[in-house]
Amino acid sequence: MGAARPSGAGTRRTRQRNHTLWFWTFVGPFVAGLTLFTYVPLAWSVYLSFFDAHNTVSPTEFTGLGNYTAMLGDGAFRSSLVTFAVFTAFIVPTTYVLALGLALAVNRLRAGRAFFRSVFFLPAACSYVVAAMIWKLSVFNGVRFGLANTVLGWFGAEPVAWLSATDPPWYWLVIVTVRLWLQTGFYMLLFLAGLQRVPVRLYEAAALDGARPGWQTFRHITFPALRATSVAVVLLLVVNAFQAFDEFYNLLSGTRGYPPYARPPLVYLYYTALGQGQDLGLGSAGAVILALVILVVTVVQARWTGLGRTEE
Amino acid sequence: MEDALVRAGRALRLVLLIALAVLFLIPFYLLVRNGLSSEAEITAPGWTLFPRRPHFSNVRELFTDPDVPMAHALLNSSLIAVATTAGTLLLASLAGYGLARIPYRHANAVFYAVVGTLMVPAAVTFVPSFVLVSSLGWVSTLRGLIVPTLFSAFACFVFRQYFLGFPRELEDAAQVDGLGYWRTYWRVVVPNSRPVFAAVGTIVFIGAWNSFLWPLVIGQGRSSWTVQVALSTFTTAQTVNLHELFVAAAVSIVPLLLVFVLLQRYIVAGVERSGIDD
Repeated sequence: MGAARPSGAGTRRTRQRNHTLWFWTFVGPFVAGLTLFTYVPLAWSVYLSFFDAHNTVSPTEFTGLGNYTAMLGDGAFRSSLVTFAVFTAFIVPTTYVLALGLALAVNRLRAGRAFFRSVFFLPAACSYVVAAMIWKLSVFNGVRFGLANTVLGWFGAEPVAWLSATDPPWYWLVIVTVRLWLQTGFYMLLFLAGLQRVPVRLYEAAALDGARPGWQTFRHITFPALRATSVAVVLLLVVNAFQAFDEFYNLLSGTRGYPPYARPPLVYLYYTALGQGQDLGLGSAGAVILALVILVVTVVQARWTGLGRTEE
Repeated sequence: MEDALVRAGRALRLVLLIALAVLFLIPFYLLVRNGLSSEAEITAPGWTLFPRRPHFSNVRELFTDPDVPMAHALLNSSLIAVATTAGTLLLASLAGYGLARIPYRHANAVFYAVVGTLMVPAAVTFVPSFVLVSSLGWVSTLRGLIVPTLFSAFACFVFRQYFLGFPRELEDAAQVDGLGYWRTYWRVVVPNSRPVFAAVGTIVFIGAWNSFLWPLVIGQGRSSWTVQVALSTFTTAQTVNLHELFVAAAVSIVPLLLVFVLLQRYIVAGVERSGIDD
C-alpha cells in the first residue's frame, strides 16, 4: 500500500506466499481439528446409514435406504418427534415470556438491579444433571416427603406420583420447570443487553407523541426494537429444545430402563445407537434424519421471522 | 391519582420480583438443606426447614465412601474443564485472528466452512463422533473426553468478530517495529484482548464442567467418570443414599459458584456475545 515500498511482481508474490503460510499457521490447527471431529464423523455417518452396521464401524453389507425406511416406519422414532414438538410448544413460549418479563422488570429497577440479575442467572451454574436430581428426588419426589407433595399435604391433597403419572401426564410439569428454571436467566441477560441498545430518543419521541408509559410504549417502541434479540432467542430456544437430553435422561431413566413415554429424539437415538443393539447404521440414519429436521425447522423459522431482514 | 397508580405499580413489580427470586433460590436451599441433613431427617413426613444440627460429617462421608468415586470424578472434571478451556482459547483465538486479519484468497470460504458447522447441532453428531473416537481407541480416556471438544466454531466466530474491530493502529505500530504476524499477535493483540479471552473462557469452562452427553457416551469406565456422570449414575440407581447424593451435588457446583461470583462481569459479556445473531 505504501508507495515507498518495493512493489516488483516478484516480491509481491513472495509476500503473498508468506501471507498464505501465516494464514495456515494460525487457522490450520483449528480447521484440521474441525475437519477431523465434525466433517469426518458427518460424512462417515452418512456412509454408515446405508449399511447394516451392528457393532461395527466398517460394515460390508449395503442396505440402501433400508435403515431410513426402518427408522421412519418405527413408531417409537415418530413418537420421539411428537415429544419434541410437545416439549417445544411448552418450553419456548414460557421461557420467552418469563425471560422478557424479568428483563423488563429488572431493567426498570432503580436499586438492586445487579442483585436480581445475579439471582435469576444463578441457576445457570447448575448442570442439568444436578437440577434434574433436585427435581426428581426433592421437589417432585413422588413420595410424601417431596416438597410439592408436602405442600399438597398441607391442603389435604393426596401425594402425586409426578414422574410416573401418565394420566394426567404430570411428568411434563417436572420436565418443563427444570429447563425453565435453569435457562430463563440466560435469555433474560440477552433481553437486558437488547434493552440497553434501544435508543433513548425513541422513548422521548413516543412521550412527545402522547404514548403513555407501560403497555403502549412497550407495544409500539420496546417490543419492535427488540426484534433482533427476539428472533435470536426463539431460534436458540428451539434448537436447544431439540437437543434436550440431560434432564429427560436423568429424570426418567432408572434401573428398569427408560419409560416408553417422553422420549425426545436424542434419548431415542442414544438407546438405539449406543444401547444394547449398538445398531450404528440405524442410529446414523436417525442422526441424518434429525439433522435434516432441524435444518428445515431453522430455515422455516428464519423465513417466518424474517431473520436477516434489515432493522427498521 | 396518576402518581399513586404509578407508585402502586412499582411496588407490585418489586413484590413480584422478590417472590420470583425466592422461588428461583428454593432449589439451592434444598441442595444445602438435604446435603446437611441425616437420611432420617430428609425422609421424615413433616417438613423441617433446616436440620437442627447440620451434618457437616456428610462431606467427610462422601469422600471416604469407597463405592462413590467422587474425589476422582472431581479431579477428572477439573482436568477436562481446564484443558478444554485452555485448548479452545488457544485454537479458536489463533484461527479467529487469522480469519480476521491475514489476507488470503480463500479466507472467506474457510470462514463459511467453520460457521457452517454452527448449523449442525453438536448433539446430532454424537453418534458419528462416538464412532470416530471409538475407532481411535479413545473410549474411556481423558483424551477422548477432551480432544474432540476443543474445536469450537462458536468461540472461533466470537474471536473473529472481535479481532475485526481490534484497533489496527496498534498492529501497524508493531509491524513498523519489524514484528511479523506471530509476534504481533502474542505481544500486542493478546495482551490487549484480555476481556474477550475471559468472556469466552468462562463460557467454555461452564459448558465443559456441566456437559453430560459426551462424557456419558465416552466415559464408560468408572475411572473416566466426570462429576456429572457420577451424579447421574447415582440419581438413576435403585438404592439412593439421599443425603450423600445431595452433598455430592452441592460440592459439584462449588467451583462454578466461585466462577460466577468472581467472574460475573465476563460471563455476562460472554452471554451477550453468544446471542449475537448478525
